[in-house]
Amino acid sequence: MTLHLSEIDRSYLDGEFGPGPRMAMRIIVRMAEVLGAEGLMDISQAHIDSTIYLGEAGLEFAERLAGYNVKVKVPTTLNVSAVDEHGWQEWDVPGDWADKARRQMIAYQGMGCIPTWTCAPYQTEHAPVFGQQIAWGESNAIVFANSVIGARTERYPDLLDICAAITGRVPAVGLHLTENRAGSVLVRLIDIPLRLQSDDSFYPVLGHALGKAAGERVPVIEGMEIRPHEDQLKALGAAAASSGSVALFHIVGITPEAPTLEAAFQGREPLRAIEVTLADLRAARSELTSAAGDELDMVVLGSPHFSVAEFQRLAPFLSGRRRHPRVELLVTTSRAMAALADKAGLLAPFRAFGGRLTVDTCILASPMLPPEIQRLMTNSAKYAYYAPGLLKTQIVFGSTQDCVESAVEGRVVRDESLWQE
Amino acid sequence: MAGVIHGRPLVPGAASGPALVGREPLSLWGGYDFHSGEIIDPHHPLHGRVAAGRILAIPYTKGSSTTTEVLLEAVRAGTAPAAILTTGIDSYFALASIVAEEMYGEGIPIVALSTEDFDSLRDDQWIDVAEDGRIEIHPLPR
Repeated sequence: MTLHLSEIDRSYLDGEFGPGPRMAMRIIVRMAEVLGAEGLMDISQAHIDSTIYLGEAGLEFAERLAGYNVKVKVPTTLNVSAVDEHGWQEWDVPGDWADKARRQMIAYQGMGCIPTWTCAPYQTEHAPVFGQQIAWGESNAIVFANSVIGARTERYPDLLDICAAITGRVPAVGLHLTENRAGSVLVRLIDIPLRLQSDDSFYPVLGHALGKAAGERVPVIEGMEIRPHEDQLKALGAAAASSGSVALFHIVGITPEAPTLEAAFQGREPLRAIEVTLADLRAARSELTSAAGDELDMVVLGSPHFSVAEFQRLAPFLSGRRRHPRVELLVTTSRAMAALADKAGLLAPFRAFGGRLTVDTCILASPMLPPEIQRLMTNSAKYAYYAPGLLKTQIVFGSTQDCVESAVEGRVVRDESLWQE
Repeated sequence: MAGVIHGRPLVPGAASGPALVGREPLSLWGGYDFHSGEIIDPHHPLHGRVAAGRILAIPYTKGSSTTTEVLLEAVRAGTAPAAILTTGIDSYFALASIVAEEMYGEGIPIVALSTEDFDSLRDDQWIDVAEDGRIEIHPLPR
């Protein structure tokens, strides 16, 4: 296959738009060759995951582009940073780290991106629409945009996302194209009790199992008997994009490209079929817990970033109660969601409970937790998956209610009744 | 006697080293410590092994988009694998190496293999990767 470039693509390569756009286009064209694309195509929105400061290389890359004075060509939102810009001093973040993370924030803002600082850009006013061609980074955002909204993005890696935003062009491959959005693995839910399907904790656990079973293929879930809400679908996707490479899933009768089983598979036969039973889900649930015993230092919620609706669902569990003095409750969210939750009167009871908020970032992206925080509990499969490797902490997965009960009791408490036959 | 296989060089380059073979996909974010070159994902079979300077075989990346940034940091810090062998086309590894060439003048070879060739690789075999995707596999030292 030969790659055909448009006249404008070539003028980028010739440096007509300056050295920054030239570098961005050079990287995109090399990737198009790697991917065997026949050409490039337009995107009309981008979400940049390269915002997370990790070390010198990512910062040098951002500052090189910013130094060329580039501007993004399409509306572009920003993923989490590596510090809570105005709140990092309340935590254990080293000053040198905060300085560099803020330099990286400044570099991307200087390119004209919208400072959303969230891994849930689909819950902001900048969410894309059905069928829109976009270039998104951040694994959980990619799978949500594709699956729940029906917008079209490849699984963009960090560093390529900003190149796409600067040029407005991407290789015409993968999930941008209708034929690649067909399901390939059928996942049948077998006798999963309705009561469990209605519970928030079902979705991250199913997502964890789904990611492991589907790998990099497009799974189609059949047998969902209730209509999950937005945050449940968000938890499902985030989990599947952590344990696997899932960038698109369909749920028959629920997600927009799967009105029927035939539509989800675009009339093709599944490559394979997998059955998911309650026993499989129990196994997946226990994989999300690395800690033994019931000791607990912190309950942490909000990966992906907590939404207003999640604050609302949390509120009745907190009402009139207070956390145990030895156990912290932390919620990670965006500035916009925190402001909305505050306006809705949801932050006062949260603070009365003894909860703390972090915005712009999360415990995985920012070295914020003090060393005495060793045992975590969460309702997020993404936190549960990554914390043991990234933070060297132990973690317990539980439902939102389990998390609050544990914060009150000062030790891990889990209701097992939902998970029994 | 060395065995020879041919892969498709996604990012061409020459490298040599002992093989480190993982049969499961890996996210480098939360999976690779670029300060040490160690694999840190406790869910992964290579957990605790050091990949720096080795020919790392991983079927494909999973998980975080930040995998590319971790590999770029590792190339800059000198803790990256000497080369990465995959099955199929992994855009994350390829991109990190392409950006490393752009930023630092040198990336690491990324070569896509057929599933059969990938499955034939074993830990600690000595592997020579050539520019054109030719891969020489020397048996385990006695």
